[in-house]
Amino acid sequence: MRRLTKTAAVAGVVALVLAGAACSKKSDDSASTETGGENCVEKTDDMKVGMAFDVGGEGDQSFNDSAAKGMKQAACEFGFDFQTAEAQDGEAESAREGRLQELVDAGYNPVVAVGFAYSASVGKVAAENPDVSFAIVDDAVEGDNITNLLFAEEQGSFLVGAAAALKSETGNVGFVGGVETELIQKFEAGFIAGAKAVKSDIKVQTRYLTQPPDFSGFGDPAKGKTAAEGMFDAGADIVYHAAGGSGGGVFEAAKAADGWAIGVDSDQALTADDSVKDIILTSMVKNIDVAVHEFLKSVHDGAVKTGAQVYDLESNGVGYSTTGDHLKDVADQLEDYKKQIVDGTIEVPTKP
Amino acid sequence: MSPRTTRVVLAVGAPVLALVMAFVITSLVLLAAGDSVADVWAQILSVPGHRAIVNIINAATVYYLSAIAVAIGFRMNLFNIGVDGQYRVASFAAAVVAGEGWLPGYLNTLLAVVAAVLVGAMWAGIAGLLRVTRGVSEVISTIMLNAIATALVAYLLRKVAVDDGGNNTATKQVPEGSRVPGIQIFDDVTVKVYGFVFLAALVGFVYWFVLSKTRFGFDLRATGRSETAAVASGISVKKMIVVSMLLSGGAAGLVGLPLLFGNDYSYGSTFQSGLGFAGIAIALLGRNHPIGIALGALLFAFLDEQSNSLQIVVGVSPDIVKITQGVIVLTVVIAYEVVRRYRVRLEQRQVAAALDEPATIEEAKA
Repeated sequence: MRRLTKTAAVAGVVALVLAGAACSKKSDDSASTETGGENCVEKTDDMKVGMAFDVGGEGDQSFNDSAAKGMKQAACEFGFDFQTAEAQDGEAESAREGRLQELVDAGYNPVVAVGFAYSASVGKVAAENPDVSFAIVDDAVEGDNITNLLFAEEQGSFLVGAAAALKSETGNVGFVGGVETELIQKFEAGFIAGAKAVKSDIKVQTRYLTQPPDFSGFGDPAKGKTAAEGMFDAGADIVYHAAGGSGGGVFEAAKAADGWAIGVDSDQALTADDSVKDIILTSMVKNIDVAVHEFLKSVHDGAVKTGAQVYDLESNGVGYSTTGDHLKDVADQLEDYKKQIVDGTIEVPTKP
Repeated sequence: MSPRTTRVVLAVGAPVLALVMAFVITSLVLLAAGDSVADVWAQILSVPGHRAIVNIINAATVYYLSAIAVAIGFRMNLFNIGVDGQYRVASFAAAVVAGEGWLPGYLNTLLAVVAAVLVGAMWAGIAGLLRVTRGVSEVISTIMLNAIATALVAYLLRKVAVDDGGNNTATKQVPEGSRVPGIQIFDDVTVKVYGFVFLAALVGFVYWFVLSKTRFGFDLRATGRSETAAVASGISVKKMIVVSMLLSGGAAGLVGLPLLFGNDYSYGSTFQSGLGFAGIAIALLGRNHPIGIALGALLFAFLDEQSNSLQIVVGVSPDIVKITQGVIVLTVVIAYEVVRRYRVRLEQRQVAAALDEPATIEEAKA
């Protein structure tokens, strides 16, 4: 009997672990084959777009959603069908390859892969299907039929770093990263460089919530809150987050500490929960939707640009938001930094 | 029914009962979510294509190694929850060794395999030592070691990572000559069966042979059944605990190798994770039997692969299969217990009947 209890307990734990990923998100893809919006053109185009999401899929209010938004806008504008497929946490390389190949087999062309996790699989599947156009967000994998949608996150982060330093009264700011990957380190590097450009002796506190392969740091508001609370307690008055869904916790901590928070990816003063919108100083905007839309337009027009398409400050692929007008008094200085980055006077580092 | 057929029916009955229950529960979840139950099962239970068959065999190979590692502990009544951390530490070590390419060709592969086994065994050995010296339950220590493994590997990975120009963080690629070639079983698809499928089969055979045919295996099983009996028959329980943790960890070290040498060729932040937990589920499902585990591994791999296109074909999230897999683990434990109790009652009835018979004869004589 004791043995059974022990076995049952372990079985219970395993079942919870297995089902954990499943419970934490809803399957809301039933709507994924509909095109959004009312004023869409008729489905005339025989182009069929496939989109493979990174872990989190649609509904993450961040990265994947931004890509989906760009695709839906394009679908509405040009009138084509699309299909989405979502990654599972910790899946095998073969699962990613299989997903892309399934989309190709089902007649989807072009195929958009969202996130650097698809790096190797896009390289492989694109080589095997030379007639299909591929786009990958956030990765530089090379191929004749691959378009790389890349962003200069460090440049946008530099500007919000400068904004934080200009607005900080304590001379102490913080950065919360979701998962310590090379990509998120670009945000950190830019933020620190921007803050130090304004005030060379400023104190920047840095915390990452998890380490790969544990990607929960992108979706755990409680972890974000604890990390940000620690920073506010240690004297920071502005905290910037690049932590996806965990950012909600950073906002709560800022609200409780009467400080400021800086959002990421989209203009979070518009998308965040109503109760915390007023403490969002600005957001580092990364226009994945614009990049995806442009790529789909180029396919639609029959003029695909392959290779690296870099979205930086110059092309407005990244930037900072001004919702709430909290940055009015420092706008001139920020525009000056922006100009210096665009003309190359300031080179922003990509590694901390 | 003859006793032999009864035994076979009961042995097969438990897993079948468990699967049916899991299917019913998953269907209820689908109904509650308003998804089409029929479409989902039609997709999951459809005949897999050539590419899918290869992927199923490959995924099952990896699951099998993981489940065997867990089963070694189970047979000794040790719950090695730490296979997950052990295989990740070991795969990382193997990737670094193989990537450096100190030795030419397959000698390099062999060196990496040895490194993986040693590192996996060492990582599990920490839990074994803690258990015998400080009395720390291996359940707790291995869970903790999983978390430590995550942090340690992430830290070391950044130290040795090579810049590939992208955002993925990974070790150096395994040199071409040290990769294990795949087996092309279908000409019309490019995917190949991992060459290490033979390694998994070999490990399964050794597991069966050592446990069932050797003195050591007998000692291990005896200790697992009853520590006091083991002590009485002169077995050093402490030694057995450490040795079986080392063996379990060594086997865990092999888990990531088919992926490393057959597909990924480097260890990075996108390396498959969570295999250790799947291994626990499959070991329970397969009742620690080498053939049972193989069937369980194939079932899990089949469900995974068939669910991958669920979203594209039916529009339902593939996560539903995770629910099925989780439920299978629970129902399997319940079903085995139900069948065990039924068998005990059956035996009691037979014994009672056997005892009754002579009595009636004597009564008749009297």
